[in-house]
Amino acid sequence: MSEWLPPESESPEEAVPTTGPAVGRDEWVAREGERRVSRAGWAGTVEERLRRVPWWAWLMLFVAAGSLMPVFESSGYVRLVGFNTVVYMMLALGLNLVVGWGGLLDLGYIAFFGVGSYVYAIFDSAKFGYHVPSILIIPAATIVGALVGLLVGLPSRRLSGDYLAIVTLFFLELFETVATNGNQIFGHDITGGSFGISTVFPLSFAGHTLAVQHNGIFAVSYYYLAIVMFVIVYVSLFFVNNSRTGRAWRSLREDPLAAEVMGMPVNWLKLTSFATGAGVAALAGTISTALNASVYPLNFSPVVLITLYAMVILGGSGSQPGVVVGAFLVSVLLQVLQDPGQARVLFYLVIVVGVIAAYRVSVRLAIVAASTAVFGIATHAIAASFHHSWVDGAHGGLAGVLANWVVVPERLTPWVGQVAYLLLLVGMLCATQLRGRLRLVTLPPTLYLAAFVWENQMIPNPGPARYIVLGLLLIVLMIVRPNGLLGERRVEIN
Amino acid sequence: MAERLLELDGVSLAFGGLRCVSDLDLHVDEGEIVSVIGPNGAGKTTLFNLITGIYEPDEGDIRLAGESIVGLQPHQITRRGIARTFQTLRLFLNLTVKENVMTAAYGHTKAGIFRSMLRTPGMRREEREISELANQKLAFFGERLMGYRWNQPAYSLSYANRRRLEIARATATNPRLLLLDEPAAGMNPVETHEITELIGKLRTEGGYTILVIEHDMHVVEGISDRVVALDHGTKIAEGTFVEVATNQGVIEAYLGLGTAETK
Repeated sequence: MSEWLPPESESPEEAVPTTGPAVGRDEWVAREGERRVSRAGWAGTVEERLRRVPWWAWLMLFVAAGSLMPVFESSGYVRLVGFNTVVYMMLALGLNLVVGWGGLLDLGYIAFFGVGSYVYAIFDSAKFGYHVPSILIIPAATIVGALVGLLVGLPSRRLSGDYLAIVTLFFLELFETVATNGNQIFGHDITGGSFGISTVFPLSFAGHTLAVQHNGIFAVSYYYLAIVMFVIVYVSLFFVNNSRTGRAWRSLREDPLAAEVMGMPVNWLKLTSFATGAGVAALAGTISTALNASVYPLNFSPVVLITLYAMVILGGSGSQPGVVVGAFLVSVLLQVLQDPGQARVLFYLVIVVGVIAAYRVSVRLAIVAASTAVFGIATHAIAASFHHSWVDGAHGGLAGVLANWVVVPERLTPWVGQVAYLLLLVGMLCATQLRGRLRLVTLPPTLYLAAFVWENQMIPNPGPARYIVLGLLLIVLMIVRPNGLLGERRVEIN
Repeated sequence: MAERLLELDGVSLAFGGLRCVSDLDLHVDEGEIVSVIGPNGAGKTTLFNLITGIYEPDEGDIRLAGESIVGLQPHQITRRGIARTFQTLRLFLNLTVKENVMTAAYGHTKAGIFRSMLRTPGMRREEREISELANQKLAFFGERLMGYRWNQPAYSLSYANRRRLEIARATATNPRLLLLDEPAAGMNPVETHEITELIGKLRTEGGYTILVIEHDMHVVEGISDRVVALDHGTKIAEGTFVEVATNQGVIEAYLGLGTAETK
């Protein structure tokens, strides 16, 4: 039974022609680098150079840029936003460890942030009269956070996916309930209840107190301290990620059964992933609480958790620089969007980019743009011909440019706004479901309605409006880059 | 007689009322290559799952070098010296080619989280050893895996190379016994021929004892010291390739009852 042997000409040595890809060889893949088209000219050179910059150089550049911010920006508000952004970055790094590397859907993550905050607040506040030195309480709170993470992990280590999400979400609710009702645990006041603890001492090192405010302005020392902590966390986690534990965590995310069979104790790895992430969150909690000089149960609501997840997903779950960029973008955007004028610019920008992305540069794009403009001018003219108060609401900024296009009455009858909102929803449904000419017909009125609803309904209520714009931005970004801005993970369809 | 490396003693396993493996005796001696054959659903992969601890047998005992491994967690069994590949490939696709092999060193390395955070000299030395081990295991496949840059993610590999990478990963656990689940599945004739030589090389150069499930009879003939045929979870034949291949029961199991007579 030796006729199965391939003929001589097919033997591995001779089957391969000296040039070109050969059957059975993976040269096509092997030569991927040569085939990859790199951009010609200086752009290609720059791209190639940028790719060779090591990770620590990027980190140093990023940190240097962040450190220079207070030099140019003396506003206490902007500095505070900077501080909160750095805290968010730390939280995102910890969440990335659990979700991006460990692959564990942890919806209770923000509770560990709370544990760190409360440990600091309880042992360093006038309320209970303790004043533990910061050099002790910061590591202690981190360890307590990690231990609580271990405790939550213990019952959930055999769960995965949706079940783990439910259990951890339950833990977050439990934490909130305990924090809110913690003023009457067996007759003792432990957490200050729903009023929280508002007499927290600032950080102090060797008897020297780090004042939160300096001449009424936010003290920069906290900002720099947060940056130092962020760098320590970033570098430590980077090293762990490239160690046997980090590789094991990522294997766990890819295939838990294969990881177990390859000698990795999956249950233990889940616990360590959970606990390390929780420790990072608790660490972020201490400095945040010290700066705010207070802690309330509402600081740890699911909204914060969702924002954090948005940062991690947007930046690219699993990529350390990605989640940092994601945290930076979302945190800054949420601040920028608080100003209606800036939110307006972003809103129209998203719409324009969306329409261009859908139609590319084509005749249809021109048709949509022209007909939307004409539709608006005509509507505006008709409305103005009835009564000038119908179009007198617009004023200032970009609204001045739009004043002859969007109908903004001085006082909008409430039901008109609601009907417009409803019509907008119907229009959006039609525009996304219809194809070809029908879409071309429905799109201009829908776009106009969007502008109408935005100017009349959203601008007066900036609260929900900024989340809507952020949501829109996220949708567009996730369509353009499904793996996040810097994410590299791919899911293969066999 | 060579030392008994693996010994299965009256092993049975049932899922509900379905008996997958019943009263199976099997042994693999040190340095031997044993093939397990049998039609689909005969319980071959279940046998591997029993040996690696994914399932626990209802009855019977499994011993590695004389010590019972029943009731141990899969990762503990791996640390004692059994490594396997999967019939349906289970690589860590988003890890790089080299990282895939490096992960398997987890069981015989020590550096913990804190030592990794601080990058202590001991941890860095260990990292270098792991890296060296991975290079060595990947180099075992010669030019086949050499063409790749090893820092590419594993999903960029072709099907055949994924199978090779799985073998490399399994050997990086430093096993004594290697369980290969259909190593030649999905390979073309040239590659199948290569795999046959490779399995021989794994024994002579790697020093592994090998238990292999294979459907391709040419491969089975080419590598086996001994062949075990399974059907419905029981052993229906055992012996050299020729003995098993000419066994009436085996032919019936593969081709159906009655076919042997009409032939």
